[in-house]
Amino acid sequence: MRRLLPFALCLAFAVPVRAADMNITVEIPTLKVSEYHRPYVAVWIERDNATVANLAVWYEMKKGDGEGTKWLKDMRQWWRRGGRDQTMPIDGVSGATRPAGQHQLHFTDGKAPLGTLAPGHYELVVEAAREVGGHDTQRIAFDWPAKTPQHLFAKGGEELGQISLDINP
Amino acid sequence: MKHALARAVLCAALVLPAAAQAHKMWMVPSATVISGDDAWVTVDAAVSNDLYYPDHFPARLDQLVITAPDGSTVKPENEATGKYRSTFDLAVPLKGTYRLALVNQGVFASYEVDGKKQRWRGTPAELKAAIPAGAKNVQVSEMSSRVETFVTQGSPSDGALKPTNKGLELVPVTKPNDLMAGEKATFQLLIDGKPAANLKVVAIDGGTRYRNKQDELDTTTDKDGRFSFTWPEAGMYWVNASTEDAKTSVKDATQRRLAYTATLEVLPQ
Repeated sequence: MRRLLPFALCLAFAVPVRAADMNITVEIPTLKVSEYHRPYVAVWIERDNATVANLAVWYEMKKGDGEGTKWLKDMRQWWRRGGRDQTMPIDGVSGATRPAGQHQLHFTDGKAPLGTLAPGHYELVVEAAREVGGHDTQRIAFDWPAKTPQHLFAKGGEELGQISLDINP
Repeated sequence: MKHALARAVLCAALVLPAAAQAHKMWMVPSATVISGDDAWVTVDAAVSNDLYYPDHFPARLDQLVITAPDGSTVKPENEATGKYRSTFDLAVPLKGTYRLALVNQGVFASYEVDGKKQRWRGTPAELKAAIPAGAKNVQVSEMSSRVETFVTQGSPSDGALKPTNKGLELVPVTKPNDLMAGEKATFQLLIDGKPAANLKVVAIDGGTRYRNKQDELDTTTDKDGRFSFTWPEAGMYWVNASTEDAKTSVKDATQRRLAYTATLEVLPQ
């Protein structure tokens, strides 16, 4: 009991000061096509059509001669809303393309790449562009900070499966 | 033969300012929005009826002026002129907007010899020698035309877009490589650096071969020379304006015909 008390105290104090966080699930669907390449995917947060945080950019990093960066502009919305101002790779944000399946992303308030969002109305945007394939943009509107836990999702289209956004206040 | 072809091309280029002409001159780059430092574009340039199918004459690449984002003039590579089109490649190593322009300054003359009407087109330097001594009713027009397109690596910039203040020119208000379907884009037309007010401007989406109508968008510049289009859908638009005035720079010319054309790519949302 004596041993447990400090732990319980810790817990009691730790819970109220725990930083808000968001868990994002991005589903890349399995596509039956004759020529398949993993999609380029960008995940970012917008406010009033302006990017406030780039959360993830998955692109072909291994190819030499700039062949990988050549197709970044196919993520047209991301490119236009700030992707074109970035120098690739983006530390802590960009990474290699991912296979079909559900991909979990976790971000914490106050920490890069999410940073500190001013209170307000935002949109989470996920955009996918696939070589010799299609293009898909999904948006989830949310308010920050959340008063209660939020479970939000977008249904997805051709190139993206379900996108979910879970916000823990 | 080569000379004859060149002359034919020149003729085609020079007749363009006449609004009634069906032939359209254009440059179409393989991409207008580019990512990556080691990027190239390849460009087709031609005079045609259909957009953008070379079916008439190639454009003359000796009129090509390419301005890099830093304002410097850069050279194309792999230039070639074929039967129906010219092509060239352009490295785009710098971040920002490149302006590709076919700049044409020419002279058109009509005259009568022994009661028969003759027509001649050429350069101002050739004019004097071209008109026979006994020619009557000599009428000389100056031609000034500019055919442009734009290519941007990374973020758009303005360094290459400064007007020369000669002839009919376009000054982007909306960045010319930042165009999206459903959005309004605004530009300004200048004549010798001054706003070109009340000028008709048309825009036609490419792929005219596969539809029954031109589906031409029309507008008119305001007092500041500004005009806007709200692009109904994504595509490569041929934007054109032409006019004429009496502000000639060629001696003996009584009229100046001015034309401006741009191919502007509008991307889907």
